[in-house]
Amino acid sequence: MARLTLDATRQQALSVSLATGAYGLSFGALSVAAGLDVWQTAALSLLVFSGGSQFAFVGVIGAGGGAAAAVATSTFLGLRNGFYGVGLAPVLRPMRGLRKAWGAQVTIDESTAVALAQPAEDLPARRAGFWWTGVGVLVAWNAITVLGALLGSRIGDPADWGLDAAAAAAFLALVWPRLAHRRAQAVAAASSVLALALTPVAPPGVPVLAAAVVAVVAGWGHPRPEEVPE
Amino acid sequence: MSAYWWMWVAIVAAGLLSWATKYAGHSVPESLLENPRVHRIAAFVTVALLSALVAVQTFADGRSLVVDARVAAVAVAAVLLWRRAPFIVVVAVAAGVAAGLRALGWG
Repeated sequence: MARLTLDATRQQALSVSLATGAYGLSFGALSVAAGLDVWQTAALSLLVFSGGSQFAFVGVIGAGGGAAAAVATSTFLGLRNGFYGVGLAPVLRPMRGLRKAWGAQVTIDESTAVALAQPAEDLPARRAGFWWTGVGVLVAWNAITVLGALLGSRIGDPADWGLDAAAAAAFLALVWPRLAHRRAQAVAAASSVLALALTPVAPPGVPVLAAAVVAVVAGWGHPRPEEVPE
Repeated sequence: MSAYWWMWVAIVAAGLLSWATKYAGHSVPESLLENPRVHRIAAFVTVALLSALVAVQTFADGRSLVVDARVAAVAVAAVLLWRRAPFIVVVAVAAGVAAGLRALGWG
């Protein structure tokens, strides 16, 4: 049974890695179009390694913004990754030294979502989900970024293949198992409504980050233990 | 220093800040996380952020909200999840629905 879960986890990690990696094509092309060279584009994917932050970085540069503004926007969009580290503590700790440094680098939307989509009592599956997805996306995203940068505008839009919708559906599928109880469902609904309400008025990154407030409200009181989405 | 090298400085700075943000999350002291309230909030934070991410990925186009092929695709995905379809089927069908609708010129 444990083995079966682990295999399903790896399968999930692999499909998420490939789907996310495909978006690297789009990032690579966009980055070169914004005026960065292939090396700079590859360095962004390796060093920043957070899709939203990277698209924001080249978006600011492409729109004629300064380097400092690009760094600030990219960093702001990456703040949610800090929260993921906190949420993953029961799964990954203890981590030290190089393992912690690597674990931090691959702490992204995808690795967090796959880890926490596994059953709470199955720690090996959760850990496998995190590392397989984190490293899988790292490899796919960086390799395909370079391809996108080299091919430039000759490639099509990933949206033509429905990859943007696939990403949203994948995250929905990953968060789904944690929505078993009403309180978690309410948190998901309130977070979504808040994010959408803020989208037209707040700077990029704020709408998703603001959902942390909903989590604080939900966790502040005294929910029954089974209501907390471990 | 030329604009080209300043760009490199910006890239390395963005990378360091990104990594430091992630590392900081993993460095929150254990004693703080043992507080039941902090523990509960941390458990809800990932559900909240990932749900907000799904909403933004489904409805946002830059800073405007739109209803396009993504909404139909995610709605179909939700039905499939409710019917307990496997992960890969959910993702593949969502991509197919969005691609199909766009090929037909909608969304």
